[in-house]
Amino acid sequence: MKRTTFESVDRTRLPVPGPPRPLTFPALEKSVLSNGLRLWTVRHTQVPLVSLLLLVRRGAASDAPGREGLAAMTADMLDEGSGLSSAIDMHQKMARIGAQFDTDIGSDATVASVTVLTRFIEPALSLLSDIVARPALREEDFARVRQLRLHRLKQLRDMPATVADRAFLRLLYGDQPYGHSPIGSEPSLASMTIDDVRAFHRSAIRPSDATLIAVGDTNHEEIARIAAAAFSDWTGEAQDGPAESGSLPAPSPLTIVPRPGAPQSELRIGHVAVPRDTPDYHALVVGNMILGGQFVSRINLNLREDKGFTYGARTAFEFRRRPGPFVLQVGVQTAATVRAIEESIGELSAIRGPRPVTPEELSLATAALTRGYARNFETAEQISRGAMQIALYDLPDDYFAQFVPSVERVTCADVTRAMAAHLDPARLTTLVVGDLDAIAPDVGRLALGDPAILGADSF
Amino acid sequence: MTLRFSKHTLANGLDVLLHEDRDCPIVAVNIWYHVGSKNERPGHTGFAHLFEHLMFEGSEHHDRGYFQPLQGAGATLNGSTNADRTNYWEVVPSNALELALWMESDRMGHLLPALTDAKFSNQRDVVLNERRQNYENRPYGLAPMALLAALFPPDHPYHWTTIGEVADLHAVTLDQVHAFFRRYYHPSNASLALAGDFDPDAALALVDRYFGSIEPGERVTPVRQTATLAGETRIFYEDRVELPRIHIGWLTPEMFGDGDADLDLAADLLANGKTSRLYKRLVFEERLATDVSATQNSREMAGYMQLTATASPGHSLAELERVMLEEVAKLAREGPTDDDILCGRMQAEAQFMFRLQTVGGFGGKSDQLNAYNVFLGNPDYFDRDLARYNAVTKASLAESLVRYLDPARRVTLSIVPQGRADLAASDSTRVAVV
Repeated sequence: MKRTTFESVDRTRLPVPGPPRPLTFPALEKSVLSNGLRLWTVRHTQVPLVSLLLLVRRGAASDAPGREGLAAMTADMLDEGSGLSSAIDMHQKMARIGAQFDTDIGSDATVASVTVLTRFIEPALSLLSDIVARPALREEDFARVRQLRLHRLKQLRDMPATVADRAFLRLLYGDQPYGHSPIGSEPSLASMTIDDVRAFHRSAIRPSDATLIAVGDTNHEEIARIAAAAFSDWTGEAQDGPAESGSLPAPSPLTIVPRPGAPQSELRIGHVAVPRDTPDYHALVVGNMILGGQFVSRINLNLREDKGFTYGARTAFEFRRRPGPFVLQVGVQTAATVRAIEESIGELSAIRGPRPVTPEELSLATAALTRGYARNFETAEQISRGAMQIALYDLPDDYFAQFVPSVERVTCADVTRAMAAHLDPARLTTLVVGDLDAIAPDVGRLALGDPAILGADSF
Repeated sequence: MTLRFSKHTLANGLDVLLHEDRDCPIVAVNIWYHVGSKNERPGHTGFAHLFEHLMFEGSEHHDRGYFQPLQGAGATLNGSTNADRTNYWEVVPSNALELALWMESDRMGHLLPALTDAKFSNQRDVVLNERRQNYENRPYGLAPMALLAALFPPDHPYHWTTIGEVADLHAVTLDQVHAFFRRYYHPSNASLALAGDFDPDAALALVDRYFGSIEPGERVTPVRQTATLAGETRIFYEDRVELPRIHIGWLTPEMFGDGDADLDLAADLLANGKTSRLYKRLVFEERLATDVSATQNSREMAGYMQLTATASPGHSLAELERVMLEEVAKLAREGPTDDDILCGRMQAEAQFMFRLQTVGGFGGKSDQLNAYNVFLGNPDYFDRDLARYNAVTKASLAESLVRYLDPARRVTLSIVPQGRADLAASDSTRVAVV
């Protein structure tokens, strides 16, 4: 048997952490270049790396109807060469300085980022300006990139989680700006031309609504000097994307995209919810942690740890500049599809009042958000991504410092009220990508009416 | 860019690595058990990974979820299993180091009294769902099963994947789980690394207090088995995919072995990024493929190089295979350019620097120290690891290609749409993958 003699450990209770070491939040230094480009820098000197990030606040929601995928196509064309240099020349230059380059496209933003050894900051900024301000946008490159994206769309039809994500946006938003995923669709890509891309670059990728963020072992004046030279010829006003028009669609409560023989059903359950600037932001962040935002959330503990239906389930309020979706997403074994939907809708309904958030749940969720907050400020890239949130959503400069107190102020009653206000079981739409024949006999139990059947190629 | 640390070994054999970094008020607690799917046997696959799940289900003195107290203290945590090792980590605010050590030591020293049949069968269901999600219901998701099975013979520990076979997962018993824990989860088969905001003397005392009294357990004899490919194996299977894909695999040197760094750089030169040879030809110029990639998978006993490309509509896997082999042969014959070598070194320097940014998580400093300690017995390897990449020359890279990427000794795997066996590369035999 175990030896227990000299163990001086008290295993009857868990150690209680002492007071936390205070965290000093990184300070943003700001200036504006003569072309209107905002420059934000943060000093972060731990490792000789610098993270450069250029945020343009125009993304897939700026795609005009019939041009879905244009913002993403434009972002993809940015690193296809500049002036007379080819895409390969451009990437060769990046490789010679060991730069790690990326572009991201979201609904509200296009982001180009480079992480590089500090000693290469000057060539890195020069490359970043070639990419964002002076892309070549050549016809032959466009043809190749468009073809690759069309192939990609074809392949995405094989990926159940992606099929579910794309179909769900369409169900929730229809033709509204958030109704398509950034990649767009076959018809819109097929009818797109290089002139569309050039026009989008000219009207949307402009310095007037852009922010260059630099985090690393360097100072503001030096970066301002290099950036002013690199971006001097980038000018112009960014035009607004299309406005929302008409009302949101009223989707069927239950839609199935058939995937014959699938071993799992991909589920999406949700509705259009709130924008990032909702006054209930912190209450919803805390509430979502409890509902489906962490391993120990109600949904994951129920569907995974109690029932064993899934590898993992989660929920999110996708906060955007305009009202974004609330989505529960989970892949469950086919035989458990209907029960998983019942349990999920049950949890979404319960947290609004019937089974309100308990003080223990609140304190665990709040602690997870606040005590671990320091972790978000370890690397230059984490800090530049954090600053980007401030720039993208017009948050106050002291946002980092305000986050913890704002979360700590949230009460159980706040969470219940916010969940009741922004989660409405009557408006939920449920989407299943799965084996229709296997699921069909049971769906009647759900009392969601006859399911709408959507072909995998109809969105 | 040396990574400063100290190494201590407790009386029970537990290795303890300490790296102080006061920049951010957090500490990474990272523990490796030197056990993975290579310690399994045919008919009993998937065991090491299933076991990893059970480590989060509570231990004798905290017989509830592992996550709650740590998350309540502000921690993030996770674990992973591969063929060679299993790791667990927490990144905690500095004030919660003792809590993390309490939790980790309780599940190292006192897991079994809390391990019930109910937990076990629940986590088996979760793992079966993980398998459905990440392999069975994912296009091309069963490729690792087919490729590894063809590269390594049935009795070789790399023949199967870490997730395991469905039938084996159903056959596992609770007794086998207990025996597995006793054999592999003990101080002399583990390495604990702390990195971050702590005082090393105080931290070592805490580690000794929490882990020092755990019984050492029997030393585990390292698994050693070689593998060779005598010829070429050409196989295919049908999947729910739109576009056919080809994988070409070769057996290559083990992790840190002679030629490993050469082949790692060769993989980049061949198929990673827009400047790579195969991207240029297959995707950029000739447009035969929609994507291409290459990886030197370095493992403890052996490695394997894997080239992958997906055919553009209207193009055949035969065309892809021809170009892939041509570019491998050309790089082997002509060697890389001076610019290739320069870029490779620059990438290596940047990549190593990226790893120094975080104390914890997968690939952070604590994980890195444990990797060197567990695989080499020497955590002081950061500079020498980088030096391996700086030592690659045009000649050494070309020689390694000639030696290891022999077109006559490889596995060629085609994955084709349902009902389109005719799209497989020529002379391929159908294999069953589940």
